[in-house]
Amino acid sequence: MYNVKVYVTYKESILDPQGEAVRGAVHRMGFDEIDDIRIGKYFEIKVSKHEERLVEEVIETVCDKLLANVVMETYRYEIEEVKETV
Amino acid sequence: MRFAVIQFPGSNCDIDLLHAIRDGVGEEAEYVPHTATSLAGFDGVLLPGGFSYGDYLRCGAISRFSNVMSEVKRFADEGKLVFGTCNGFQILVEAGLLPGALQRNKNLHFICKTTELKVENTNTKFTSEYEKDEVLTIPIAHGEGNYYCDDDTLADLKANNQIVFTYASENPNGSVGNIAGIINKKGNVLGMMPHPERAVEDLLGSSDGLRFFESMVQNFAKETTEV
Repeated sequence: MYNVKVYVTYKESILDPQGEAVRGAVHRMGFDEIDDIRIGKYFEIKVSKHEERLVEEVIETVCDKLLANVVMETYRYEIEEVKETV
Repeated sequence: MRFAVIQFPGSNCDIDLLHAIRDGVGEEAEYVPHTATSLAGFDGVLLPGGFSYGDYLRCGAISRFSNVMSEVKRFADEGKLVFGTCNGFQILVEAGLLPGALQRNKNLHFICKTTELKVENTNTKFTSEYEKDEVLTIPIAHGEGNYYCDDDTLADLKANNQIVFTYASENPNGSVGNIAGIINKKGNVLGMMPHPERAVEDLLGSSDGLRFFESMVQNFAKETTEV
């Protein structure tokens, strides 16, 4: 069993108008030192062991085809193996 | 000519498309559910606007994996006409049938208003009934219509005359190159954010969208008589 965390974020070249709106609000709160905010997506995924497929391959395929739109987004992931509790 | 109007859960411009075809240009149109596994008997496919799958994850991202979409891809590969408006355009880019992506509007607003569209390319099966550089009155209604592609893709789109419609007066959503609608290289898949199906009655503000569907019908008729 694996616990996988996937982070999807906009590429640096992509404008994030939502993040800018949040930054504006943060400045109105008085925190001028906050220079930039970018909004992304975070996924928590549980994956069982599969006899033929590596978990990394599965996660990358799912990210490339569904979780991220690679035209404008990038992703990174962390895989943690957890012991099955019987 | 017989059109399939695909219905995804959350589509809401399907009725407008059916009306545009049946009552606007007097051709046949049927609803086809997202679960369908065949498009046999249809000559054109129309992907409607709306909020398929609640726009979850990204607009069009989930619809892309509907049963019917593998058939739509095959239909497109066969060179048959596929048109997506608004959410339909978003589905086409997510499915990789058209290049680029659609981002949140630059000003973050959902924009619902009438826009002026310039016809950049009349040498397509969707726009042959228009004049080059003609300005059309067509409504838009979207929150994520900000077309994005990288510089290489944009250069490619320009070089191949794939930019079919641009916003004529103001750019409402921040799209690169004022892009409102594009076509694939093969010339049989077109996607646009504006709604030509909502502009088929003068009584309702504009009938400039009618010639879009008439172009499809006439070019289809031409091809079938040539064969």
